[in-house]
Amino acid sequence: MENKNEIINICLLAGKIMLESGAETYRVEDTMTRIASSFGESNAQSYVTPTGIMFSINQIEPTNFIRILDRSTDLHKVAIVNSISRSISGGELTVSAASAKLKEVESITHAYPIAIQILAAAIASGCFTIMFEGQWLDFLPSFFIGGFGYSAMVYFHKVVEIRFFAEFLASFFIGLLTYLSIDIGAGQQMDKIIIGSVMPLVPGLLITNAVRDLMAGHLVSGLSKGAEAFLTAFAIGAGIAFVVSVFPF
Amino acid sequence: MIIEQLVTSFFAAAAFGVMFNAPKKSLIQSGVVGMLGWCVYAILVYQEGVDAVPATIAASVLVAILSQICAKVYKTPIIIFTVSGIIPLVPGGLAYDAMRNFVQNDYNMAIQLAAKALLISGAIALGLVFSEIVNQVIRKAKWKRIS
Repeated sequence: MENKNEIINICLLAGKIMLESGAETYRVEDTMTRIASSFGESNAQSYVTPTGIMFSINQIEPTNFIRILDRSTDLHKVAIVNSISRSISGGELTVSAASAKLKEVESITHAYPIAIQILAAAIASGCFTIMFEGQWLDFLPSFFIGGFGYSAMVYFHKVVEIRFFAEFLASFFIGLLTYLSIDIGAGQQMDKIIIGSVMPLVPGLLITNAVRDLMAGHLVSGLSKGAEAFLTAFAIGAGIAFVVSVFPF
Repeated sequence: MIIEQLVTSFFAAAAFGVMFNAPKKSLIQSGVVGMLGWCVYAILVYQEGVDAVPATIAASVLVAILSQICAKVYKTPIIIFTVSGIIPLVPGGLAYDAMRNFVQNDYNMAIQLAAKALLISGAIALGLVFSEIVNQVIRKAKWKRIS
């Protein structure tokens, strides 16, 4: 009995880490049942939605539930948990060793410090401006505006409880700064700078996950992730639209 | 022209890997996947004048196939590679244009652009799914031969 509880704990912890780090729903379910079956519980059931995990080790045992409040993107953790689950399936890890390893994964922080991430966002923004046939003159403006927009989003995510408001404010500032940079003559093409700088905020991961979940038959998760992606895109668009409608071009 | 597209798309895709906290080992691979996907799209659209929707399907099929291969070879979840490859294809620019036209009360243009953005998102999905289906068929066919 003691052992069974430990297995349930491992499965729930693995599922929780993966879901919070932005893995696809079907991968989370698959990993949980796979871990359970390699510890000898071949009839485990798991039902995962973006906001909660239900797991039962077999039909007669009570069902366990974990609420997921916070979702971020950390593909590093997804990869680590995936490889832990692989070595569990290969029979290389005991129950207690796996539990210790997963707890260690849960406590590690992001793979890159926040300054590096902002720098990456800035580089991505500059590059996207060029990729969408912008001029090299606009590389530097979108580099700085994109970096600022991303750091604004990270900051507002911490301060504001409402998720989509952070994206709205960030894209509002991007629009405003682009307008200013055109005004002082630093930027040339308003459209290209805005499109480039907004790209780091675009919910690309959500869109791909939503599609993959829908195709794998996870209709509830697919639709709710799609709705989240749509709301994020709408918030970004609304922020830009606000600037465009206030300042005439 | 094509060189600057190659360089910028490589850095953009790798930078997205950093933003999504992808493992350090897979950054270069995801950059290459993104670069090749965007390369197909850019050649088809900017040079050959193909419509954006078929070009997106072609690019996302390539991204998905390359990601399947990378996922097999490096034994990591496929999502790490697909995400950074797909990002450049996401119709962010079109969605922005549509939004801007909505605000400027040009609804005809706005609906046109929004429909196009929707079609391109569908094309990305189609491309991703297509390669998955091919992969499954190959796997099942092999399995039958063995048993």
